[in-house]
Amino acid sequence: MSIRLSVVDRNGGEHEVDAAPEGSLMEALRELDYGVSAICGGMCSCATCHVYVAPEWLAKLPERQSDEGDLLAELQFRQENSRLSCQIQLQQEHDGLRLTLAPEE
Amino acid sequence: MSAATEDHVYIVGAGHAGGELAFSLRQQGYEGPLTVVGEESHLPYQRPPLSKAYLKGECEATSLYLRQLAAYEKANIGLLLSRRVERIDRAGKQLVFDDGRAVGYSKLGLATGGRARRMTISDAARAERTGNFHYLRNIDDVMAIRSRFEAGQRLVVIGGGYIGLEVAASAIARGVKVTVLEALPRVLARVTAPQMSEFYEKVHRDAGVDLRTNIEVTGLDFNAAGDAVTAVHCIGGVVIPADFVVVGIGLLPNTEVAQAAGLEVDNGIVVNEYAVTSDPDIVAAGDCTNHPSVFCGRRIRLESVPNAVEQARVAAATLAGKPRAYESVPWFWSDQYDLKLQMTGLSQGYDQFVLRGSMQNKSFAAFYLKQGRLIAVDAVNRMQEFMVAKRLVAACKSFDPAALADESVPLKTLADPVQAAAPQA
Repeated sequence: MSIRLSVVDRNGGEHEVDAAPEGSLMEALRELDYGVSAICGGMCSCATCHVYVAPEWLAKLPERQSDEGDLLAELQFRQENSRLSCQIQLQQEHDGLRLTLAPEE
Repeated sequence: MSAATEDHVYIVGAGHAGGELAFSLRQQGYEGPLTVVGEESHLPYQRPPLSKAYLKGECEATSLYLRQLAAYEKANIGLLLSRRVERIDRAGKQLVFDDGRAVGYSKLGLATGGRARRMTISDAARAERTGNFHYLRNIDDVMAIRSRFEAGQRLVVIGGGYIGLEVAASAIARGVKVTVLEALPRVLARVTAPQMSEFYEKVHRDAGVDLRTNIEVTGLDFNAAGDAVTAVHCIGGVVIPADFVVVGIGLLPNTEVAQAAGLEVDNGIVVNEYAVTSDPDIVAAGDCTNHPSVFCGRRIRLESVPNAVEQARVAAATLAGKPRAYESVPWFWSDQYDLKLQMTGLSQGYDQFVLRGSMQNKSFAAFYLKQGRLIAVDAVNRMQEFMVAKRLVAACKSFDPAALADESVPLKTLADPVQAAAPQA
């Protein structure tokens, strides 16, 4: 069964996106024509899949590993709720996840 | 668009650049007919994992696809796969395919990429007809290679560049016995400093790779049936038995079709900063282009995903009538064992090498300076500093080598020096 994501694009447009609860959040966002570029393809090497997760969802996601934290630390548009979407494996419990695409660096 | 030609943009090449060009063109507002033509049967996919996760069998082909088929349907992007473009008829504005069919184009995007450089020794042609001698460029190549990844099998890798070394690391992880042969005195010789080469040579040897440099391959042995390579011969009478062979000796840009069409070609399809070729109706992007680099102050050809993506966006902007110049700083990455190598800038021509951190601890950044100016950084397991290093390199400035080497000085303070308070008006 697919899950539904609420995605705010870089122009403030709101979208409801259906995604399979498998693979990474980045892979779901990469499908969108307003999505993330994800240049390194999920290797946690480039930080081009940067998103802001709605605060109420932060605690429900797996914690950041050190690689992700290191990459995020130096981003110009980093916020408290910044995540790299390639590091979040989508699961059924993520149905309803709300997020905003961060500006491209 | 010329009134005489039906409006139809074709993109030749369905790799990373081709896929990005198509979607980017839609994002830029082009709504007319748009078709991507590719020689392989696959949707545009990521190549970097081919020598890493995909080779190790950690992911499947469809997860390499940049986007799934539904995304092309939704964006109304046509796909002509398993189809090769035989020639471009620029006068008639037509693409002619290998099956003789021809289609008219209004604008063309060339994203033809490159192909693996083949060995030139006389045994190579025969070896290419066997089942255990491989180059590595596409999914099918890797399917064939990884089916041989069994513990105890003997792999000979010819070429100590990034592809060869990544293959070696992936194979070792599967218990394969690996020999790497590099003709030059050190691995990664074309792209990095002797200190980095030495570091990677040690890492591979410690992992169990029989790594040999300064060794030239002269011939191959075959089994009686002639359908398998059994050994690799090197200069000096060295013979290395092999159950399979992978050759990674570089890439050749696919420029023949462009050249035959009379486009300017010089180690790549020559484009300007807007990704336009010598024909104003034809743009090009990715590994196949020779483009001006503002950062380097010269023309370069890059083999890199970030370049493919960024230049494809520039090409799309040009086609959409919203030109913007390409001015990205090159960057690259390579994953081997537990080492995350990230590189920014181009180190060719450096005159000073500055090390920050410890090679022994496998955590360091190497700075390349030319007449004081920082031109490139290689970072190993230093992701946070790499993000800062990208800014330092992009600044095209001189930095104090002592400060770069001094771990007690956060790199960030060099990137964002405290500004003197501006006088209030």
